[in-house]
This record gives sequence, structure tokens and C-alpha cells, in this order.
Amino acid sequence: MNKISIITGAVILLAGGYYLGKSGQQPATVIKVDSQPKAAFTSTGVEEMAGVQGATVRSLVTPTSGELIVVKDGESIQDAVVAASPGAVIKVMPGTYKETVYIDKDNITLSGVIEQGKYPILEGEGLRNDAVLYSGNGVTVENLYITHYKGNGIMGQAGNNFIIRNNFIVDTGVYGIFPQLGKNGIVSHNIVSGIEDAAIYVGMSDHVDVVFNQVFDSVAGIEIENSRHSLVESNFVYNNTGGILAFVTPGLPIKTCGDVLIRNNFIVDNNHENFAIPGSLVSNIPAGTGVLVMACDDVVVEGNIITGNNSVGITLTDFSLAGNAANDPDSEPNPNRPRILNNIMQDNGNDPAPAVRAVLAAMLETTGPDIVDTVGMDDGCILNPERYRTIGLDKYTECEFSTTANVASYTLPEPVPARSMEDVDKGKLVYYGVCAGCHAYGSRMVGPPTQIIQALYMDNPEGIAEYAANPVKKREDYPDMPPQSHLDDETRMAAARYMLKVTN
Amino acid sequence: MKQFSLYLPWLLVLAACTYGRWALAGASDIVLNENCPPGFQNSDGHCKLRNLYQMYPSLENAGVGGLKTGLPAYRDGFSPQQIDLGRYLFFDPALSADGTVSCASCHQPDRGFADGRGRSVGVSGEAMRRSAPSLWNVAFGQRFFWDARAGSLEEQMQGPLYDEHEMATNPEQLLRSLNDIPMYRELFRQAWPRDFESADAQIRLDQIYSALTAFQASLISLNSRYDQYAHGYADALTEPEKEGMNVFRSFVARCAECHTPPLFTNQQIAVIGTPDPEGMPFDPGASESLGEPTLRGGFKVPSLRNIALTAPYMHSGRFETLREAAAFYTGGRGHAVPAGEELKIHWHIWEPNLSDEELDRLVDFLQTLTDESFKPAEPLELPSGMRPVHNTIALEGVIPENGVPSDE
Repeated sequence: MNKISIITGAVILLAGGYYLGKSGQQPATVIKVDSQPKAAFTSTGVEEMAGVQGATVRSLVTPTSGELIVVKDGESIQDAVVAASPGAVIKVMPGTYKETVYIDKDNITLSGVIEQGKYPILEGEGLRNDAVLYSGNGVTVENLYITHYKGNGIMGQAGNNFIIRNNFIVDTGVYGIFPQLGKNGIVSHNIVSGIEDAAIYVGMSDHVDVVFNQVFDSVAGIEIENSRHSLVESNFVYNNTGGILAFVTPGLPIKTCGDVLIRNNFIVDNNHENFAIPGSLVSNIPAGTGVLVMACDDVVVEGNIITGNNSVGITLTDFSLAGNAANDPDSEPNPNRPRILNNIMQDNGNDPAPAVRAVLAAMLETTGPDIVDTVGMDDGCILNPERYRTIGLDKYTECEFSTTANVASYTLPEPVPARSMEDVDKGKLVYYGVCAGCHAYGSRMVGPPTQIIQALYMDNPEGIAEYAANPVKKREDYPDMPPQSHLDDETRMAAARYMLKVTN
Repeated sequence: MKQFSLYLPWLLVLAACTYGRWALAGASDIVLNENCPPGFQNSDGHCKLRNLYQMYPSLENAGVGGLKTGLPAYRDGFSPQQIDLGRYLFFDPALSADGTVSCASCHQPDRGFADGRGRSVGVSGEAMRRSAPSLWNVAFGQRFFWDARAGSLEEQMQGPLYDEHEMATNPEQLLRSLNDIPMYRELFRQAWPRDFESADAQIRLDQIYSALTAFQASLISLNSRYDQYAHGYADALTEPEKEGMNVFRSFVARCAECHTPPLFTNQQIAVIGTPDPEGMPFDPGASESLGEPTLRGGFKVPSLRNIALTAPYMHSGRFETLREAAAFYTGGRGHAVPAGEELKIHWHIWEPNLSDEELDRLVDFLQTLTDESFKPAEPLELPSGMRPVHNTIALEGVIPENGVPSDE
């Protein structure tokens, strides 16, 4: 059943290419020397970053307070996280740690100590779900060896300003490294292998650099999905089913993918048998896929060495590849404005996956192309197309720029602020968002009216804040007030101050 | 039994008349609340949502993320009077064709603004095809109904109001009923004073829809123990509940991938292949409403806030308990799909092999999402003079002529 659907998917995938491929012979190579420099690369990301040139590239750091917690073999990393305050550095000594670590605090550095090549090991024993989960902003996870978890190695849920670096992730579940719904992050110098979906998966995120990683023996090497302004550079990606992917996955709440730079990577011999979970999108990837762009817009492929991928070097396609998923009427399916600059491509398509081979046979071909566009986009561009064996690129024009070197990084020069509004009045939000459940201004709700509290406390917000943390019964005819100690001192004070100045 | 049921309507008319006369006297001086409901600040006569989640950003302003993530776009800004008028309308059976059903019949405040039934019942007394969803936090909704066929609350409410099996009224009758009740004309005047400067001004449909929208958009539930944890109070959850939270957001159970905080829904349509009750035909869901064949069997991902209050679960109530609902997800991909159905099951439905203990912890965690601290008061008397009916589902009865008891 699953095999059939893979084959069907691949047939659809290349059917468009077949049609387009028959439409004409390759024109004669034009030899020319540019007399003028080409235009500079521009993108929405470049515009957003304008004016910040000269800043140190990837200067993002997790703020620290000087607090240091050392975790030794036999102790619990999570206990250290619980004890830590924002700004703490948690140093984990070599040893074996059998736990899930979750970080729901800001500005935590979780850092392994490496001694004589020995890393701290997070061991999932095939039982535990995820190794490291974080939701806080400004989290660093580094120098860990993670293995045998069922879910993800390192997973972020909405944390911004994250750094995930220098980790080994081996034979671990679904995704190796998966920052999701985050903004401004770095994934660098990780060695990830044996992952049944994407080894490194940037999902629904903005401004993430994935650089200097070694990624192999997985179904998908690096996947950028429903994300914007991402730089994938200088990674060594080999022996996966598919090397580097830029996808729109239909049915997600953030619908777009775009401005993804795939640059200066080694994308080599990605011929691993597909061992994905049935039903997953990546189960559709034919083995031997170098780069795969599905529905993601404004992808630039530049300066990569793409060799030995046995089906196709670069594939650009629409949702027809994702034949096992429901369509999303709100997602635009085409890979708009693809830009293929100069890449080194050799020995691709030598031994296509069975499904791809079947399609090629119908075209009287036995080897896969370097580049295929199954949609036949008319807004793409390519430099020196004569260098490659291509299908479906007939309508591509010559790119107006030859390099994206003006983008050193897509991470932001300043961290994303923790709060969305500079002038947000926390006291007001707490008063209306929490206190107002029981206190109305001029009338009795559950508790006494705010007016009466104002008369009692006048210039004494401390009194309110203190009482709210630890209420005692004062009025026979009112129910007991539940303690508001879930709000920290500062928050209760802000609410008390606001309560004293409310006028309606 | 049959004979009795013939008499029942008349008995109820009598009861309604007696009650109505008493109520009408009291109702004559209803003054709409000039204060905003809890959770809102009165800003020049507009009730503006105020909540701690407004401190936080959210990627692409989508309102999905993790613990400290901002909310998606929402409806607010109605006047206190419009919200309060909506509250009266919501509980008033005068909005149904025969005075037996109010909005609150299927959306009962004490049942999480749902009705405790797998499939809801309207004026016809027959079980409908699907269950009534909770109304908590509909202010944040982008699409309504299980099959996502409505794009606004105003559009949504016209479904049940005019469906022959639900409230079974029609625009003409609705306008006539309300305009014939002097108290409603007075209350609509309080809510829209400028529209009622002329003595013969009539209540309009758009005002009815706005008032009901205003009330529903005031049903905010964001103060659960989970929320206290999210805002930074680590002790708000017990250890088993935290374990449950970690199962919930793990990439093994993957619950949070679709039931994404802060609302615990990503508001998308997902084909997950839950079963309908025995003997019911397969419900095609969103493929019908959106005309997209690959969405066959797809339904909108519901919010899980106050989920512990709204059993049974899924679009037609197949699962009695949260435990059964959670266990569905570990039953295997497509295990409950009827023979002959080829569904494009969502990729997150897989075989997570959750243990019994993990399922228990998930249920523990789901119970931390309960918060009714802003539950509105039910009106003690209704402008129509009728009796609230939502605690007695689908009583037969007759709407009084002109809203005035017929013996006068």
C-alpha cells in the first residue's frame, strides 16, 4: 500500500517533467563574458536586515547572570533546570542521563562539559519521548550526546533567540533538531544521524541559520518548512534519502515558505533507502534526491556541490509530491521564483529510485537529470543552464544576480524582544485579565468592588499585593479570596497600582 | 403517553402565561449593564480585551506557539450594553420557532457552553448529525462549525437559528417576534441608541447578530492552572500534570502540533479518522463544506480549553471520556476508518505507542485547562417574559403572541 503510493507520487512528480522535457532540444552553448557586474541580490529578508551591515555575523548569545549549576553523573539535569533562574548556566558533566529535560524559562544555557572526548549522554533507552524540550526565549543547548529517544532530540516550541550547537544526535526518533514557531536562531556544528524523518527540521520559524552541520543516514537531511528568511550554508549532507528540503507542508497554521538560501553545502550521495514513518510527507521522497523544493518560494540554490545523488540533483515541485496528504485550499502549491545560481553538479541520476526510473523509461531515459522542475515555472532563473542536464526549465531566464554574498546571515542583529509591546501595562492586563473575574469597579461581583478596595488602601499598593498573595478572611458575607501567589511580586504590585487608579 | 403529549403544549402555555405575567412586571425595568464583563476594559464605551497573553509576541501573528505566545486575532470592541443584550438573547427561547429552544439549550454555561450530548437536539427533538461545540474563546475563532463552513460568528449563528431541526425560525419570524416584544425594542434602543431615535425604528437582523456575537466573544477562558504555569508559576501544576504536559507536547504524542497553545487549537482542518457512533453513516465533514475531496472526513481542530467539561468527545460524540478520546490517537493510523473509505489521514496520526500511564497523565494535564472564572450570570428573567429553557432540553411550548400572555 505504502509502496504503491510512493510510486504513484513519483510518477506524478515526473509526469510534468516528461511533458516539458520533450518540448525542445538544448540550445547551443552561448559563450560570453559579462562586461558589467550583475545586480545585487535582494529579498524581503535583505530589506528587513538593511542598515545592519557591519554587525558581527551571528552575534546572538544567551544572556548569563553568573549563576552556575553543575550537574554530575547520577544527578538530574531537570532538577538543575528547576533550580535555575533566568541567566543561569547549567554545566552537565560527562555521564549518562536518562531523562527528558524541559526548559520553560528564559535565558538558560544548557551546556555539556566535554572531557577527553567524553560527552554527557542523554539516553532515551527507546522509552522516553524527547530529550530536550524548550519553550523559553534565549535558550542555548550545546555539547550533548543524545541517543535512543522516541520523539525528538532537541525540540523548541516558540522559543526565540535560540542556539543549538555542537551536539551529537544519534539514532533518535523523528527529528534530531526541531525548532518550531521560533524567531531568530542558530543551528550549527551539530552531527546528526539515523533519524527517520528530518535530521534538522526548521518548522514554522523565521530568521534561522542552519550552518556547519554534518547530517547523514537519515530520511531527510535538513528541512526548512513553512519558514521564512533561512540560510542553510556550509553543511555536509550525505547518505540521506533526500539531502536538503525546502517545503510548504499543507494544513499548517502558518502557510508560507520563502526566502530560503541553500548555499555552499556538500550534498553528496543521498541514496539511503527511505525508512520514513508511513503517512509522513517525507515517505514520498525518492531515494537519491539531492535538493527538493516543494511549494517554497524564492529559494536560492547557490554554490553547492551536488554529486552522486542517484535520482535527481535538484527537484522543484508542487503538492503533487505530497499525494498522501489532504490539500489545503489556503496554501499556494507552486515553488515560485526559484533561483539557481552556479552549483557544481556531477554524477546525479545514475541509478534512479525505481519509481523515478519508471518515469524516465517512458521518456527513453535511464539517468535522472541534474535539475527538474515538474511544474515548469515561468518565473524561475538559472545561471549557465548549459552546464546541467535539466527537465522543465524551458521558461527559466538568466538570473540578474550571481551571488547572495551580501547576506552573511539571516539571524537578526538584535535579539527579538521578549514582549510584543514596548509600553504594555502589565498591571492593567493583570487587573482586567485576572482580578476582574471577581472585582468590578462599582458593584459587587464575587469579591468587594474595586472602589471599596481603593478607599481602604489609597496609597498602599503594597498592602493589596501582600494581601492578594496570602488572603485572610475579612468579610463574613464574602467568599474566601483564592491566593494570587501564582503572580510574582512584581506582577502583583503592578496590578495593585493599577487597581488603585482605575476610574470605571 | 401520546394523549399526555397532546396536552403538554397547552399546559406549558398556561404555565408560560402565569410565569410570563409575573416576569413581565419585573422585566419592564431591565437596564443593560453599562460595565464591561470581566476580561475587558471599558475604553470609551468599547469593551477591549485585556489579558496577560497580550504581553507576548507570536510568530507571524498567527497566535500559535508555546507557553508564552500571543493570541491570534480576535473580536472585541462591542459596547457593554451590546454584550449584555446578547446575553439576554442567548438565553431567550423566543428566538426559536416555537419557544422551546434557546442558544443556551445546546450551549449551556454549566456544561462548558456545550450540552453534554454526543449529538445535539433542537426543536424537532431528533439528534442532529454533530455535537455542539463549546463557545469558550470563540472570540479567537477564524472558522466555525465542525466543518469550518462559516467565517464569522454572525454567519455561524444563522445556521442553528434557521435550521429546521435546530431553532427552526426564519428571518421574518425572528424580526417579528423581537419587534413585537416592547422590552426588546427598549433594550435594542439601549444598545444602539442612535438607531432608535425615531419612535418607529425597528430591530434589525444585523443588530441581533451583533449582540449575540458580542456576548459570545466575551466568553474568555484563559485563567486556568495551565495558564498560571505558562505565565511563570512553576508550582501551578503537579508533577503528574507536568508529566502529562510533556507527553502532550512531545513529538511522540504530538497533541500540541494541532492543539497548539495558547488556545490549544491551530484552527486548521485535520483528517484524523475518528469513528461516528454505531449505525451512523460516515460523516464527510469538510470535503462537503469546502468542496475539497481530499478533506473527506476532515474536521476543524477543536480547542481543548475547558475540555474536561464537554464530554462526550469528537464531532459526533463517539468517545465518552477524555481517556477514550486520548487513547484513540494511539490506536494506529486509520484504525477506525470504515471499510471502503480512503482517507488522507493527517501525518501526525501515527503509532506513538503511548503507555496506559502516559494516557492517564495526558488526562491529568487536560484537566488543568479548565477555567470558568469569567462565566457570565444567567439572566433571572428574560425580556420576552418566557422562562429560560436550557436546563430542560427541548421542552415543547408556544411562544406567546406579541410576547404578551394571550389571556390579556
